[in-house]
Amino acid sequence: MGETERGPGFAAAIEVSLPATRKALAALRAGDEVVLTGPVYTARDSTHERLLTELHLSGELPHGLAGQTLFYAGPTPPAAGRPAGALGPTTSKRMDRATPALLRAGIVATIGKGPRSEEVRRACADNGAVYFAAVGGAAALLATHVTDAEMVAYPELGAEALMRLELDRFPAFVAIDACGENLYLTVALEWRGAADADGGDA
Amino acid sequence: MVAAEAIGSAVYDAIVLAATTLRPDALKAMRTAIERERSPRGRAILVQLLENATIAADDRVPLCQDTGSVWVLLEVGEHECVCGDVPAAVDRAVAAAYADALLRTSIARDALVDRSNTGDNTPAFIDVTFRPGSGVTVTVMLKGGGSDNASAVRMLAPGDGEAGVIRFVVETVARTGASACPPLLIGVGVGATFDKVGGLAKKALLRKIGSRHPDSGVAALERRLSAEIDALGIGPGGLGGTVTALAVHVLTAPCHIASLPVAVNVGCSAVRSASVEVV
Repeated sequence: MGETERGPGFAAAIEVSLPATRKALAALRAGDEVVLTGPVYTARDSTHERLLTELHLSGELPHGLAGQTLFYAGPTPPAAGRPAGALGPTTSKRMDRATPALLRAGIVATIGKGPRSEEVRRACADNGAVYFAAVGGAAALLATHVTDAEMVAYPELGAEALMRLELDRFPAFVAIDACGENLYLTVALEWRGAADADGGDA
Repeated sequence: MVAAEAIGSAVYDAIVLAATTLRPDALKAMRTAIERERSPRGRAILVQLLENATIAADDRVPLCQDTGSVWVLLEVGEHECVCGDVPAAVDRAVAAAYADALLRTSIARDALVDRSNTGDNTPAFIDVTFRPGSGVTVTVMLKGGGSDNASAVRMLAPGDGEAGVIRFVVETVARTGASACPPLLIGVGVGATFDKVGGLAKKALLRKIGSRHPDSGVAALERRLSAEIDALGIGPGGLGGTVTALAVHVLTAPCHIASLPVAVNVGCSAVRSASVEVV
């Protein structure tokens, strides 16, 4: 069960340039392995509250975020000659309450980890947006794919500030595609019950 | 006599080590996991996690950007005298370690009334217990928010028994595991009181992966939980596969005749802890 010849290690990853066009995003399918190159904006819990407030006040996304990608992440300080010592995704579902409004307002892609709500899946399909999952816990590795970081807004939020990062072949998976296909659901059906009964707890 | 400053110094060393170095037992378990993972995507993710550990150790950068809240467990020898303001010394060590090792500060001043960042990752969360002998064993765990959020406590009825414990643990991981950075280390506490059972589950994460529980019944429960959690299919990175847990560790304790407290503390793939002996 579940063995497939597609996927990482078996096919070259798809190169995605950011900010991505709707057309480029529409070509991606849930499960695709991608490498992302271009700008993304970090946004966590408090940042989302600020973005929603500004969106409600002005009716549009602040800080030039229309057409851009949000990365649910808060980096460690610069280290080892890199703009961030470690930088990986945080849990996406905490942002779910804000995501449909942000996608409607013009965010075209998000990067995080973990499953998302049905509302977010539907908002991806309705707006032609894509949700990418990066590997949580691989932050030292992922930071080697970040070439630049600059403060954009909310520096007082510390790790939660809105920062612009420049990615270079940043590895991720298409978790929800622009048609609303959800990789987390697919793999749950594919792999449930597939593990050996004796487990692996040596 | 052990001075508070000596404990602080041990906390500093343990934080820097834990933040940048994957526990040897976790590293070994991750390598074994690649052999038993049947999903190609899952294996690729495990390879990424092993590469990550190498980069972190070589470049002395954090394994994960969430360098956690700091839990400090002080096991004080019964013949030892500890002098000075231990919480203050520990917090000075936390602030210094987070600044020097370039770790992220992730502590809100108050959960409800003021969520501003304290800016130095203080305060630490400290537990003190006693053990035979002299000296102080200082253990530090850096706990990521995502995996701690995936944790849960439930007060079961005694009649729910072991079956109830299994159901609660497996349901908790099924509900939250994919977001908690699998492959996971699952700590389970059974017993004590409402406030203590979470601590038991957390302590269970400190046990060496691959070690057996001394009680054969509890060891069998661990194997069964491990098998049921792997059968969920969550897999590495939550993107499907046959390895969801590196191990399940259970700690049991006495409890009230009316109670069966259970706690699940989920540890992520970058489970980070280190111990230093202060003599």
